Amino acid sequence: MNDRAQTYLPGTHPDLPPPPSMVGVYGWLRANLFSSPVNVILTLLAAYIIYLAFPPLIQWVFINADWQGDTREACRREGACWVFVKVWLRQFMYGRYPSTEIWRINTAYAILALGMIPMFIPRVRGKAWIAAFLLFGYPVVAYYLFYGSAFGQVVVETPLWGGLFLTLVIASVGIVGSLPIGIVLALGRRSRLPIIQSVSIAFIEIWRGVPLITVLFMASVMFPLFMPEGLTIDRLARALVGVMLFSAAYMAEVVRGGLQAIPKGQYEAAQALGLNYGKMMALIILPQALKLVIPGIVNTFIGLFKDTTLVLIIGLMDFLGTIQSAGTNPQWLGFAIEGYVFSALVFWVFCFGMSRYSQHLERKLRTTH
Amino acid sequence: MAVERVAERAPARPPVWNDPRFRAIFFQALVLALVIGVGAYLVNNTLTNMEKRGIASGFGFLGTTAGFSISTTLVPYTEESTYGRAFLVGLANTLLVSVIGVFFATILGFIVGIARLSRNWLVAKLAAVYIETLRNIPLLLQIFFWYFAVLRNLPSPRQSFILFDIFYLNIRGLNTPAPVFEEGFGWVLLSAVVAVAAAVSIVRWARRRREETGRPFHTVYTSLAILFGLPTLATLLAGSPLHWEYAVLEGFNFQGGMVMSPELVALVFSLSTYTASFIGEIVRAGIMAVNRGQTEAAYAVGLSPGLTLRLVVIPQALRVIIPPLTSQYLNLTKNSSLASAIAYPDLVLVFAGTVLNQTGQAVEIIAITMAVYLTISLLISMFMNWYNRKMALVER
Repeated sequence: MNDRAQTYLPGTHPDLPPPPSMVGVYGWLRANLFSSPVNVILTLLAAYIIYLAFPPLIQWVFINADWQGDTREACRREGACWVFVKVWLRQFMYGRYPSTEIWRINTAYAILALGMIPMFIPRVRGKAWIAAFLLFGYPVVAYYLFYGSAFGQVVVETPLWGGLFLTLVIASVGIVGSLPIGIVLALGRRSRLPIIQSVSIAFIEIWRGVPLITVLFMASVMFPLFMPEGLTIDRLARALVGVMLFSAAYMAEVVRGGLQAIPKGQYEAAQALGLNYGKMMALIILPQALKLVIPGIVNTFIGLFKDTTLVLIIGLMDFLGTIQSAGTNPQWLGFAIEGYVFSALVFWVFCFGMSRYSQHLERKLRTTH
Repeated sequence: MAVERVAERAPARPPVWNDPRFRAIFFQALVLALVIGVGAYLVNNTLTNMEKRGIASGFGFLGTTAGFSISTTLVPYTEESTYGRAFLVGLANTLLVSVIGVFFATILGFIVGIARLSRNWLVAKLAAVYIETLRNIPLLLQIFFWYFAVLRNLPSPRQSFILFDIFYLNIRGLNTPAPVFEEGFGWVLLSAVVAVAAAVSIVRWARRRREETGRPFHTVYTSLAILFGLPTLATLLAGSPLHWEYAVLEGFNFQGGMVMSPELVALVFSLSTYTASFIGEIVRAGIMAVNRGQTEAAYAVGLSPGLTLRLVVIPQALRVIIPPLTSQYLNLTKNSSLASAIAYPDLVLVFAGTVLNQTGQAVEIIAITMAVYLTISLLISMFMNWYNRKMALVER
């Protein structure tokens, strides 16, 4: 029946399917993994690295790990001892914050989450009001929740603050506080008035040129000398001021990038309308420039979030600090790795999530073609 | 009449506070007064406080005997040395970490960046996992991990990990062979200097000749031959004045060779792997920034793939890569100050830590420490500006 060759008129032959070696799993493998001798070797090498690294890791993290129990003795197997993390979790999250008062921190988290969720939903109206509350109202609410003293609440002194909670406080205060300073510095650096410009440049370059550690050292040993007699500042507040000044310099450079990206015509049009400098900046230039630099601000926040770990060097018990102190607890010696892996995971989730979010914003805010 | 009327309608001189020139001067004077005022207030407070606490001021302490010991010293240092000498030791240690870190971070970063662009799916994904993992975890955590969790748990010298039969990694650190210079090594050094000078002048001469006559010259092979040939020749003529002293296990510890302390190993390792993840992204962005049309145009004018890469792609990619790369080097140098968290005696630990605690002269010491980092960063940004000017696209 079919052995007779079908004949076609010229140009009417239907397209033949691609050869089997070019499509499907086989074709994909050939194109992406084994396209040339060099690629074959590279693939085998990469596969070998994966073989060396991942099976032992999975064994350690999941298969041979101990999950049950709440004493050191519960960890008998050779894998990870997640009991360690379980027992110390409250410390890792809240430090030495009194356990009866932890609801205050959780309430603050909940308010923040409630405020943040509408920001991600495109249909919600009045985002500006929510943003204004988050930026200006929320810090006050959070301060009274965390520290207390209002509404007859117990005061929780800052040395008791710790864990991931403290890390988040330092990073958020640092970024929210540094934004206005950074904007002023960026405007100053772009100013045509020589003294204002040079003061801004000097400030920015000095803070950007030194490591955060020296800034924190300065905050912890020099700030007490700077203050008038009798006035002592809390250790946390000193660190916060240091972090804020430090990140303000970086923020200024980010904002400056946005200011430079605004076409000159916008400045000229604003001046042609008769707006003075303040109105021109507040109504025309800054709204556009800040929108441009939102991804840059998120990136600065990621960097700051990672850098807050340094405060443990001046003796504050941040997330890494509590992990470190739990690992050196005589009863739990030898479980440092579990602590590090846990904190690495938490930091990674935060930073990776934020960097993905900033990439998403960058795509969403790109209004040009 | 008409003239008068125009003069009448001409706007009155604006009040002085609306005059831009007056405003400029006024605001600048205000800022200057503010800065000076705050500065004077702080200085005044500081001086009063220091007087109250009986802290001396001035830099005289740099000449006093330090009286503490430092584990890693590149500069000769004993307990009788001065604080100034301790400062030099710390500075040298910081520079040591930075230089080794920059070296390894560059190599690893370029490998990772190119691997990320590989057409091999597995290699590209592996590089992506490397980058996304390392750069999203705080550096201090990585340093702690490598130091406390890995290097502190290494076996004793007798059960060292052995790499290539000459490197031994154990709980006391990394034992490496040490170079031993004998008489006549000066000649080898001299020949190396001469070789560099010769190579540079040949490259210049060849470029001038090419621009004048159009005749090319194989500068790469010639200068490589000179750079390697001349020192080798000198070594042979001087009777091999360079030996390597290998570390040998004797009893419970190694004798001979050099040893890098675990702190140094952990610091260099974490600094270079962390910075490499950033350099990898920079390299990738740099290569991707070269327009595909450039490669196609190079092929169209008949350049071979090798020449295309060397003459068209790499020079343009480097233009994009070098500025952020230098700022990563700067970051690495600044991040090396985390050394103080694992007790590696760098500038911050020795000077802003121990010396500050002993003398209490916070202001001077923090100022010196900051000035050192500022100087390094200004030097690097000067280099960057020079490079940018040199490499700036000549627009016609």
